[in-house]
Amino acid sequence: MAKDALMDFDAALEQFEPVLGFEVHVELNTETKMFSPAGNPANEANHDAAPNTLVAPVDMGLPGSLPVVNETAVRYSISLGLALGCSIAPSSRFARKNYFYPDLGKNYQISQYDEPIAFEGSVEIELEGGDVVQIPIERAHMEEDAGKLTHMGSTGRIQGAEYSLVDYNRAGVPLVEIVTKPIFGTEHRAPEVAKAYVAAIRDIVRSLGISEARMERGNLRCDANVSLRPRGQEKLGTRTETKNVNSMRSVERAVRYEIQRQAAILAAGGTVTQETRHWHEDTGRTSPGRPKSDADDYRYFPEPDLLPVEPSEEFIEQLRAALPEAPAVYRRRLKAEWGFTDLEFQDVANGGLLAEVEATIAAGASPASARKWWTGEITRVANAQGAEPAALVTPAQVAELQQLVDAGTLTDKLARQVLEGVIAGEGTPQQVVDARGLAVVSDDGALIAAIDEALAAQPDVLVKIQDGKVQAAGAVIGAVMKAMKGQADAARVRELILERAGQ
Amino acid sequence: MLARIQLSDDEVQRLTGQLDAIVDNIAKVSEVATPEVAATSHPIPLRNVFRPDVPGDMLTVDEVLQNAPDAADGRFRVTAILGEEQ
Amino acid sequence: MSDILKLTAADLSAKLRSGELSSVEATQAHLDRIAAVDGDVHAFLHVSDRAVEVAADIDRRRAAGEELGELAGVPLAIKDVLVTTDMPSTSGSKILEGYMSPYDATVVARSRAAGLVPLGKTNMDEFAMGSSTEHSAYGPTRNPWDLDRIPGGSGGGSAAAVAAFEAPIALGSDTGGSIRQPAHVTGTVGMKPTYGGVSRYGAIALASSLDQVGPVSRTVLDSALLHDVIGGHDPHDATSLADQWPSFAAAAREGATGEVLKGLKVGVIRELDDRGFQRGVSDSFRASLAKLEAAGAEIVEVSAPHFEYGVAAYYLILPAEASSNLAKFDSVRFGMRVDVPGGTVEDVMAATRDAGFGEEVKRRIILGTYALSAGYYDAYYGSAQKVRTLIQRDFDEAFAQVDVIATPSAPTTAFRLGEQLDDPLQMYLNDVTTIPVNLAGVPGISIPSGLAEEDGLPVGIQFVAPAREDARLYRVGAALEALLVDSWGGPILDRAPILGGAR
Ligand SMILES: [Mg+2]
Ligand SMILES: [Zn+2]
Repeated sequence: MAKDALMDFDAALEQFEPVLGFEVHVELNTETKMFSPAGNPANEANHDAAPNTLVAPVDMGLPGSLPVVNETAVRYSISLGLALGCSIAPSSRFARKNYFYPDLGKNYQISQYDEPIAFEGSVEIELEGGDVVQIPIERAHMEEDAGKLTHMGSTGRIQGAEYSLVDYNRAGVPLVEIVTKPIFGTEHRAPEVAKAYVAAIRDIVRSLGISEARMERGNLRCDANVSLRPRGQEKLGTRTETKNVNSMRSVERAVRYEIQRQAAILAAGGTVTQETRHWHEDTGRTSPGRPKSDADDYRYFPEPDLLPVEPSEEFIEQLRAALPEAPAVYRRRLKAEWGFTDLEFQDVANGGLLAEVEATIAAGASPASARKWWTGEITRVANAQGAEPAALVTPAQVAELQQLVDAGTLTDKLARQVLEGVIAGEGTPQQVVDARGLAVVSDDGALIAAIDEALAAQPDVLVKIQDGKVQAAGAVIGAVMKAMKGQADAARVRELILERAGQ
Repeated sequence: MLARIQLSDDEVQRLTGQLDAIVDNIAKVSEVATPEVAATSHPIPLRNVFRPDVPGDMLTVDEVLQNAPDAADGRFRVTAILGEEQ
Repeated sequence: MSDILKLTAADLSAKLRSGELSSVEATQAHLDRIAAVDGDVHAFLHVSDRAVEVAADIDRRRAAGEELGELAGVPLAIKDVLVTTDMPSTSGSKILEGYMSPYDATVVARSRAAGLVPLGKTNMDEFAMGSSTEHSAYGPTRNPWDLDRIPGGSGGGSAAAVAAFEAPIALGSDTGGSIRQPAHVTGTVGMKPTYGGVSRYGAIALASSLDQVGPVSRTVLDSALLHDVIGGHDPHDATSLADQWPSFAAAAREGATGEVLKGLKVGVIRELDDRGFQRGVSDSFRASLAKLEAAGAEIVEVSAPHFEYGVAAYYLILPAEASSNLAKFDSVRFGMRVDVPGGTVEDVMAATRDAGFGEEVKRRIILGTYALSAGYYDAYYGSAQKVRTLIQRDFDEAFAQVDVIATPSAPTTAFRLGEQLDDPLQMYLNDVTTIPVNLAGVPGISIPSGLAEEDGLPVGIQFVAPAREDARLYRVGAALEALLVDSWGGPILDRAPILGGAR
């Protein structure tokens, strides 16, 4: 793959205006699939399912099988549409999108075409530094996911594969596809807008509780459309659609890359090809996929096996009333309540830890300590393990850990060891303290014995202390802490040393 | 390749001729299918037909694969794919 | 021929309940009959090897005093379009040769639950595309009245099985006349229920918005009894009606008294003039009308100006839906696979579909693909859907004046095998009176009205009622049947040639 020529980002922005667009697919975490009662692999309960164990007849297109719409998926989709500020269609319907592909059991995808369930909305996103941008939403529609292909061969990619294996567990997973209108005026912040938009969608679906929204699991997938137009030109440029972007950082990088790549082409007098492109996490580049052509004829027609979805006004209002606080509003409120600085708050927000910190505070920890644990040690361990912080410990455990520190049972250093035990599955913080014997030794007798021993071993130090050189006590503290295997409160040890030295 | 059927030249020839039949049908229905007539996609109109979100109907892996022309590793096996994912 | 074979399902059921006959005896008699005559008729694609065992189980349960359904122990033939777990389901196509469904069609499951004994799977035009059963990939079925003639189609196998006394009752499916037209040419009864009245789950789809499963039998009462078993709401089919249906058997029994004919308004369609029909067909139809009139019915001319657009609309809608429904036969998950050395999966799919589908199926898939192509959708499929609206209006207006509409069931008596094979357009006209019924979703029944004078072959009369008024058809059908059988001095099939006499 030849390396693309890239123009410097700032230079590109001088000559061209970027126009963005996004299609985000959200996998709903319903119990069952969109059109079949098979277990949904996007639901926590089914994460470990073996291939082809979550399959009902319709998911693999068995002869005679028929789809039936999942009521909960419809409810979730309406709630999401409302949270995106959309109007809900009084009548929407499903259509068949016909194309042949081995991961598609019926060789058509049931989707919504000319009558989506939600349309015309807007999402507020917040950029670093607090700037707020409105992203216009064109539509949100319901559809089903396809199965999973694994390409077998030397490369593991589609090119050069000898054969492929098909697993239909994911076939039929309920999806909502959210499509934006063209987004203008993002300028040099275009990559940042891309990332913030996906983050905003993630926060919205999480606040609704309708998706696990984990990009690394494919619960949330973003196709980013980028086009450039020369400054002063009205007509939109040719766009590319970059697929496969499965982290927020990648969305940001992919948009930046496409701006630089397209600018280089246009500046050299070339034309951008309208095509899908694939993002490569490893190289940080995009590569061309299939050019859009006449062959892209999906022969849509109304799905004759399904009926229109016509939610009543009352039902929609009921769902609207039940909507949680919008994430943007929620963030403003939390920031005020917690008294964090911009930097502190963004640390929590960017780490996707708002809910965790909030729950930890609710469980009794102070805002500062909750923030410190989640953005500090827990995030460090999570990064090391390649896991999500929230998957390691519960907010209640963190609050309990902090209580042990506040009560003097644990030092910070001991607390980190206890956390490690909790993460390792050894039980609650108290259980780990008990099992590992990690509590601070608060028995002065034991401390005094250790101090006396240390002073006896370092008579010169004792003299120095008695001469008023109090800082010399540090050497003894170190020895005592070592003897106590770190399970002592250094401040108390110091007090006792000075006492023993007659100070 | 239309409808993913590898037709022989012979078949293409015959079928192309029969596309005329469709043209006749179009001509016929367009005599009366005027803009003010609503389309009927379901003969008996129903709406909001949903299924409760409760698991069921799942097949065993053996049932899933029982008619597979080729399978490996609990999955269907197909020969190399030329085109990319949609 | 054993006397058991001549029994209607209702009479057989009475003898099973009284203990005069066992289900094993009845089942064995039918299996023997199949062995004797099906070499000539070829109504069956597969004969169950479990039938006697299932019958014995019913006998055992009856002996143990279990409360069984009215048809328990009665043998049943099943059209191969319906999937079954214990017998292959091919829909008459090579592409599904040997296919074993992991689930039963709802109508099959209900039949089993009611204690019916599946005898085997009956022949049909491939994927139900045809009016002669000559398009079966497994060879044609022959008409028991004349083995050189077609038994109608697509459900020629079920109709011939019943007419040849190989089964007392059978299941069929009707997309444009596939139950009623075979009934017409074989001197049997066939009912297409209101769309949604019987579940389509497990019926291998041809055109989803037109397909209905229904009963095939030698008497109106038998169809009604079977309809009672298979009908009613099925949550696996979103288009299934939630209506509470009356007992159709009760309606047929009530109808047989003839009371219903007094003052009954029978509509005759002005636009269906005699010129389109074989003389013997028209004559038989007129004679039946005269019988109805003599019994107190009033014949009223009604107008259905859009009937003549039915066939054109049908041949736009059907190929479009079929092309999508038949996309699942792609060699990946089930069915035939043709290996293409060095080929891609796309090549394998294309070669398989070329080799696995017969000519008529390919013709309709290609036409349907074309009819759905971008730019044509509105003109083709969309316009055809408008004709449905117009035909529905015709029916609505007619049913404002009459209780039922009567038509000849088909334009001609059974033609000779091969006679229309090269003329698909002529073949399509066989369904001219049945197609509007599917387009409108209303119920229609065909019952024998006599023999055409010129060729001595059976002719049927079709009654059509408003949507959901299936019971009315059983009442009226049973009433006319009683009058006709009385005038003939016995069932019409008594006059069919005796098959297998020499064996
Ligand atoms: Mg899309
Ligand atoms: Zn999509």
